[in-house]
Amino acid sequence: MAGFVREFTKGIVISNPIFILALGLCPALAVSNTIDNALGMSVGVIFVLLGANIIISLIRKSVPNIVRIPTFVVIIASFVTIVSLVFQAYVPALHESLGIYLPLIAVNCIILGRAEAFASKNPVTASIADALGISVGFALALLLIAFLREILGTGGLEVAGTSLFTLPVLSEHPLALFVLSPGAFLVIGLLLALFRRIGAIKHE
Amino acid sequence: MSELFTIFISMALVNNFILVKFLGLCPFFGVSKKLGSALSMSAAVTFVMVAASAATWLINNYILIPFGVEYMNIVMYILIIASLVQIIELFIRRTNFALYNVFGIYLALITTNCAVLGITLINTNEAFSFIESMVAALGAGVGFTLVLAIMSGIRERLELADSPKAMKGLPIAFITATMLGLAFSGFGGIV
Repeated sequence: MAGFVREFTKGIVISNPIFILALGLCPALAVSNTIDNALGMSVGVIFVLLGANIIISLIRKSVPNIVRIPTFVVIIASFVTIVSLVFQAYVPALHESLGIYLPLIAVNCIILGRAEAFASKNPVTASIADALGISVGFALALLLIAFLREILGTGGLEVAGTSLFTLPVLSEHPLALFVLSPGAFLVIGLLLALFRRIGAIKHE
Repeated sequence: MSELFTIFISMALVNNFILVKFLGLCPFFGVSKKLGSALSMSAAVTFVMVAASAATWLINNYILIPFGVEYMNIVMYILIIASLVQIIELFIRRTNFALYNVFGIYLALITTNCAVLGITLINTNEAFSFIESMVAALGAGVGFTLVLAIMSGIRERLELADSPKAMKGLPIAFITATMLGLAFSGFGGIV
């Protein structure tokens, strides 16, 4: 149990995929414009990473070394197809707004990276803990970026169509830069610098 | 003809893959410190994007659509891209070793580059014709090359610049990308 907890917490802080490893940046930048998109993407990544890690960990001893990468890729792509079809059926609006970034989970380096570095070498329970930790770490980072971008860019916060709050001055004069694409680079760059400044990230 | 030109400009500048669509960021932040390697990398990416667009268009229109299995496109495209990259690598190694030395090492990395899968999915979503897909892939590749080249030039200077300690390396690269993105958003009105 202690091992499970250790693998889980590792992904959230020590090897946070976005802020520490700088992996999976494409979705982090592209779908962090609103909290809704970030939530949808996080659910997709958690499902795909969990499913792929479980299956890969189960079959790790029967996959010949030389074809392991293609095997992993096909397993990951199959889970992405499932997520894509489920989203299309039940939350079509979200599927529409995530666009090509949902299928692109298939080539997200975080997922293939965990399959190769962890699930192909470890038993199922540890792989589940690893998948949950890494994907929750990814989700938290994505939500933090989306939270800042949506508040600064629109002056309020809206989850699933209901407005949570609006800020008095900012909602009349929102900083539209933050919901546009350059705003994503700006927010991540400043957050990275902030984390380094307060010592959360060690210098290389 | 003018439609093809519009697609080209839209892919290269207005919807730039790196700055607007955020595709292919790993090479953008990873290899872009030297102009030479940035150019070799983007040449390899452009070539694979065009080849992959051709291959996936044919597979999509002659196999997936007639058999009604379009939902398999993610799995199919990834397999096509991976095998295509292998074939190209083998072919270049056998026929032109000098060229292989220039961008052979980048080819293996390209399989998991989201720009390549991205362009094939965009072509499918937009229902582009064969020629339109080629032009879109070429435009995306040119835009990718342009931004990678600009960025590598800036990052060579940034290495020597006196930026704040916490900003050195990746954070300042992100801030630079913000500025470039703002500059490129000026192209927004032309198409």
